[in-house]
Amino acid sequence: MPTKIEKDAVTGQNTTGHEWDGIKELNTPLPTWWVYLLYATIAWSIGLFVIYPSFPGITGYLPGVVGYSARQELADKMKVEKEVRAPFLDRVRNGSLEDIRRTPDLLGYAVAGGRVAFAENCAGCHQSGGAGAKGYPSLADDEWLWGGKLADIQKTIQVGIRSMHPDTRTSLMPRFGTDGILDRRQLDDVTEFVLSLSTKPVDPAAVERGRRLYAENCASCHGEQGAGMREFGAPSLTDKVWLFGGDKPSILRSIAEGRAGVMPAWGERLDPAIVKMLTLYVHTLGGGE
Amino acid sequence: MSAARSEAREDYLEDVIRASMALAMFWGIAAFAVGVLIAFQLAFPVLNLGLEWTTFGRLRPLHTSAAIFAFGGTALIGSSFHVVQRTCRAQLFGGEPVAWFVLLGYQLFIVVAATGYLLGITQGREYAEPEWYADLWLTLVWVVYLVAFVGTLVKREEPHIYVANWFYLSFIVTVAMLHVVNNLAMPVSLFGTKSYSAFAGVQDALTQWWYGHNAVGFFLTAGFLGMMYYFIPKAANRPVYSYRLSIVHFWSLIFLYIWAGPHHLHYTALPEWAQMLGMAFSVMLWMPSWGGMINGLMTLSGAWDKLRTDPSLRFSVTAVAFYGMSTFEGPVMSIRPVNALSHYTDWTIGHVHSGALGWVAFIVFGMMYHLVPVLWGRRDLYSKTLAEVHFWVSTLGIVLYITAMWVSGIMQGLMWRAYDELGFLQYSFAETVQAMHPFYLIRAMGGVLFLIGALIMAYNLWRTARGDVARAAA
Repeated sequence: MPTKIEKDAVTGQNTTGHEWDGIKELNTPLPTWWVYLLYATIAWSIGLFVIYPSFPGITGYLPGVVGYSARQELADKMKVEKEVRAPFLDRVRNGSLEDIRRTPDLLGYAVAGGRVAFAENCAGCHQSGGAGAKGYPSLADDEWLWGGKLADIQKTIQVGIRSMHPDTRTSLMPRFGTDGILDRRQLDDVTEFVLSLSTKPVDPAAVERGRRLYAENCASCHGEQGAGMREFGAPSLTDKVWLFGGDKPSILRSIAEGRAGVMPAWGERLDPAIVKMLTLYVHTLGGGE
Repeated sequence: MSAARSEAREDYLEDVIRASMALAMFWGIAAFAVGVLIAFQLAFPVLNLGLEWTTFGRLRPLHTSAAIFAFGGTALIGSSFHVVQRTCRAQLFGGEPVAWFVLLGYQLFIVVAATGYLLGITQGREYAEPEWYADLWLTLVWVVYLVAFVGTLVKREEPHIYVANWFYLSFIVTVAMLHVVNNLAMPVSLFGTKSYSAFAGVQDALTQWWYGHNAVGFFLTAGFLGMMYYFIPKAANRPVYSYRLSIVHFWSLIFLYIWAGPHHLHYTALPEWAQMLGMAFSVMLWMPSWGGMINGLMTLSGAWDKLRTDPSLRFSVTAVAFYGMSTFEGPVMSIRPVNALSHYTDWTIGHVHSGALGWVAFIVFGMMYHLVPVLWGRRDLYSKTLAEVHFWVSTLGIVLYITAMWVSGIMQGLMWRAYDELGFLQYSFAETVQAMHPFYLIRAMGGVLFLIGALIMAYNLWRTARGDVARAAA
């Protein structure tokens, strides 16, 4: 293959004399700016290797002249953040919930911190602002399953509900249908009765039959009048707040299959001061007692 | 001389390359369509359909593998067969049987891998999700590919090896090494799909990103630079700008790239010395990467007017521009403090797609608009107007995509690190997700445009292959 060096008319550069499938190459020198920028990045890298940890050896690595450590950097940053938070956080940690509630600047701080902790840890179930969803109680109303006083809320957060915590809040709504305690007809009757506590009855005969069944099976937890009992986490049946739905099929299903929502025990995961802030935040959402 | 040339010309294998063009087009559309679907899934989770096979988690590797390996890989195999034959003036080593084995064996790998993803079979290694049996099969196919390519170089009738072939060869050799090492694993049983990696902990993480980053470097960069080095001078009918730059940027690129993987593991358990090395080598990679851009763009000296008339060249040159942008953005993002903001955010997704859509897909489109008429013996494309529409629709799609991801990524990074004056986090994670919703929509729209462009292209190429010519608009 004869090679022939030609001069390119457009650029004035010579070709290398090679040709492949009609493609030739110019022998243009490297662009100067390109070479200098390449050198600059190399020089920058050498500087970096001198200053910071770089090449590995057999047992260790070149540590660099400033003694940089990524672990130390993280520890230092955490320390700074801790110091920024310490003054207020210590006051929250050491004060009682009532005292914090009565100290405006401290309450403002706690609610601000509680809002963030709530958004990160609680909003996944209870929704943002504690609005609640089906199966996850609203925290923004004054209907409380386990109590709405500061101490009640704090305890619920700490030990959870049906959680792994030894002191967890717990109770068990029986599965009246699944376990054969009531038959199909009885389930229907008691559902009619429960509905009658909050709305106009549709089937007075069924309500009357259900009244006796309710007294025998439900009143011990939900109360004679259906007002609910907080020591069992048993909700009131007389209002229109329904955790698992207030239509007849939903209530029937609750009675037949039982309901047992679970909330983790946060006392083991979160700083006690954070639990306090969460408590105060939830308390201010609308229904604190 | 010219007699010998035309004689050799008839020996070139072309059926297998024609098949690879059709397959690459098919996989491209499949990859873009799945990409559009998962983009909408991020905006509207209900589109996961509540079925395990259609969840984002399973479709995402389907999208990445379809784009990189099915679309990109098939285009690389087909174009490399074409380029190596023409620039060596020799028939592909091994002839038809070897060529078809490589192309169809590779397709089998893709189908086995993709169906496995949908069934939930995965190694959980990024860009290397296929399990051990698919990996073994690919290894065999790849070795045959290497033999065919090197065999052709050995029996070449040109005195020198053209630069495009250096890049294709580095792509084939390095991908073989990366694939074998990253997939070292012990199957649980001979007839089971599950295997366990030979690596654990931070060594495993580094192995994965040594592989992952060099998949970008040698699959998505070196391979497609090989494509660029043949099709740009060919379409522009101009000599390559600088042979010397080819040499220097080739060797510096492949020497430096292999070190850069640790920049994916900044601020992790990876020792800081490895992070610093990865960062430094990424920064040094800037100019070697740009060497390819300079050679691509400057080859057009004296032929810039062809951008107006040649859709193939317009795609290729725009691809090189996106390549230049991405290979500048990459080193910037590898710098640790920048990475502290950008890492784990959508900025990374935007960066990847300016490379994948802007560079990889556009250089393939340019190659195909040039090669399909050549392979089917047509004078020209069915319709240059349609190709022009494709260009603008796709370019707009890319711009929507990457700008949306820049904004949402930087916003996301800033929201994650925002503290209020009391020292509390300003935003919860859920709030950052909510803030990204509009940008997810814009991104998905960008993807829709890109998909529409590819469909227009497929139609245009199909009509071209059939030998139709659109009547020019008055």
